[in-house]
Amino acid sequence: METNEGVLDAKQILSETGAPVIVFDQVRLAFDDKVVLRNVSFTLIKGHTKIILGASGSGKSTALKIIVGLLKPDAGVVWVNGQRVDQLSEQEMMEVRADLGMIFQEGALFDSLTVRENVGYKLFEETSMPLNEVDRRVEEVLGFIGLGEHIDKMPSELSGGQRRRVAIARAMAFKPHILLYDEATTGLDPITATTVDDEIIKLRDLEKVSSILVTHQLRDAFYVATHMAVRDANGQVHIQPATRGKEREAEFIMLRDGVIVFEGDADALRSSPDPYIHEFLS
Amino acid sequence: MFSLAERWLKHAALEVQEYVRLITSTFHGLVTRPIYRHDIVEQFDLIGFGSLTVVLLSGLFTGAALALQSGLTLDQFGARPVVGRLVSASMIKELGPVLTALMLTGRIGSGIAAELGSMVVTDQINALRALGTDPVRKLVVPRVLAGFWMAPILTIISDFVGIFGGWIVARYTLQVNSGLYWSSVTKGLYMQDAWMGLIKPFIFGFIIVTIACHVGLRTTGGTAGVGKSTTLSVVAGSVAVIAADFFVGQVLITLLY
Repeated sequence: METNEGVLDAKQILSETGAPVIVFDQVRLAFDDKVVLRNVSFTLIKGHTKIILGASGSGKSTALKIIVGLLKPDAGVVWVNGQRVDQLSEQEMMEVRADLGMIFQEGALFDSLTVRENVGYKLFEETSMPLNEVDRRVEEVLGFIGLGEHIDKMPSELSGGQRRRVAIARAMAFKPHILLYDEATTGLDPITATTVDDEIIKLRDLEKVSSILVTHQLRDAFYVATHMAVRDANGQVHIQPATRGKEREAEFIMLRDGVIVFEGDADALRSSPDPYIHEFLS
Repeated sequence: MFSLAERWLKHAALEVQEYVRLITSTFHGLVTRPIYRHDIVEQFDLIGFGSLTVVLLSGLFTGAALALQSGLTLDQFGARPVVGRLVSASMIKELGPVLTALMLTGRIGSGIAAELGSMVVTDQINALRALGTDPVRKLVVPRVLAGFWMAPILTIISDFVGIFGGWIVARYTLQVNSGLYWSSVTKGLYMQDAWMGLIKPFIFGFIIVTIACHVGLRTTGGTAGVGKSTTLSVVAGSVAVIAADFFVGQVLITLLY
């Protein structure tokens, strides 16, 4: 009885505005002698965006892999949607992943499957959704990111930016409430990167997805933090500068050698007196 | 020097541990849900039907070469008419299973290691896990099932084609009467030989595919790593097949004869 009440409480808490959907508490991870994360703690609030900045090898991607259960921390506690995930088995983790989407560096699309099969993969393979409904959802998602005409192409026929957007479509097809972006715009030209940033903003503001964005691309990080998506009366979606309140929903974390050296909003980051951050931003 | 040996031993122990873990997960995946049926069918087609040409050709020429070489030796004893007996016994007990397994190691083992290795280095395996799919169930179980069941079928085909190749040489080069050849083929065979020729390929098929999957899934180091894994899969698979042939042969001789 106590357990049921406990689950009910957790669900209630998570359904409220401002609920913590991901909690990292004193997480530590080392590979042999190299410490990748040292007692890292942060919280992602429902509907917010957490932007993790840092140089290569600072532990950004590792943090995402721990959240999705691809790596296990040596110490510390990780909560995802009210469930402690750092001790779950691979089988138990599958349940947590049902509400968690991840976009990998370079997209990590299945190169033997078409765009349609990639996007509908989870719905087709891991759910009992009828095929025609899977098709409908795939078309809807590809329409949302503007790649409807590429549905029957193979990943090798797509440009780098298109591949990243298909990866986003694949991660959002099963309607997760949390999306994790691992260097989603790295290696793309600024114009293509902006199209990917726009998708991230649209998912956050229109689909109410909580997200963690790992990047070392400052331009993209600030663009996502300082813009918002709105739908006008005709149903058209516009990306425009964010209101002050909206801007505060994007929080920055700066990692350096596995340690958080900054946590705050875009303005606080810009005005930080820390010489390392100053050098990183310049 | 000591630390080098210690490191090598630790690495070897880790590889064995991971191989055993993969096999345990595979058995678990075989008997529990979900089962990816269309992947199983696809792998049966790729491993079975896809390997048919190479098995047919290698079987045919092996049988033919065997008849040609043994014909010369048998001539010394005036025993040329029993060439069929030698070809059938050699093909069914030893050459059919081993050569088919080596052909499969080259074709299937390398392909599996390269495919899975590429999936590892391009994060596709991590993407599968993040999408809620167990890579062992999706990728390893169908390949192991296909390898386990198709290796014996391909071996039987190879045996028949080899004996047929032997007949061509016996009939047209050694001038052995066809009736004599075919009767000597069946006369020289015992039930134990057939069992031995049939049991070994199941084990070989399992070994080839599990080694290839293990090596592929443990690939590191980008595209260069994929190349290394492919080579390692073929080398380790071939050596394991030949070693298993000896040990399984010993066990079967003790049990069957």
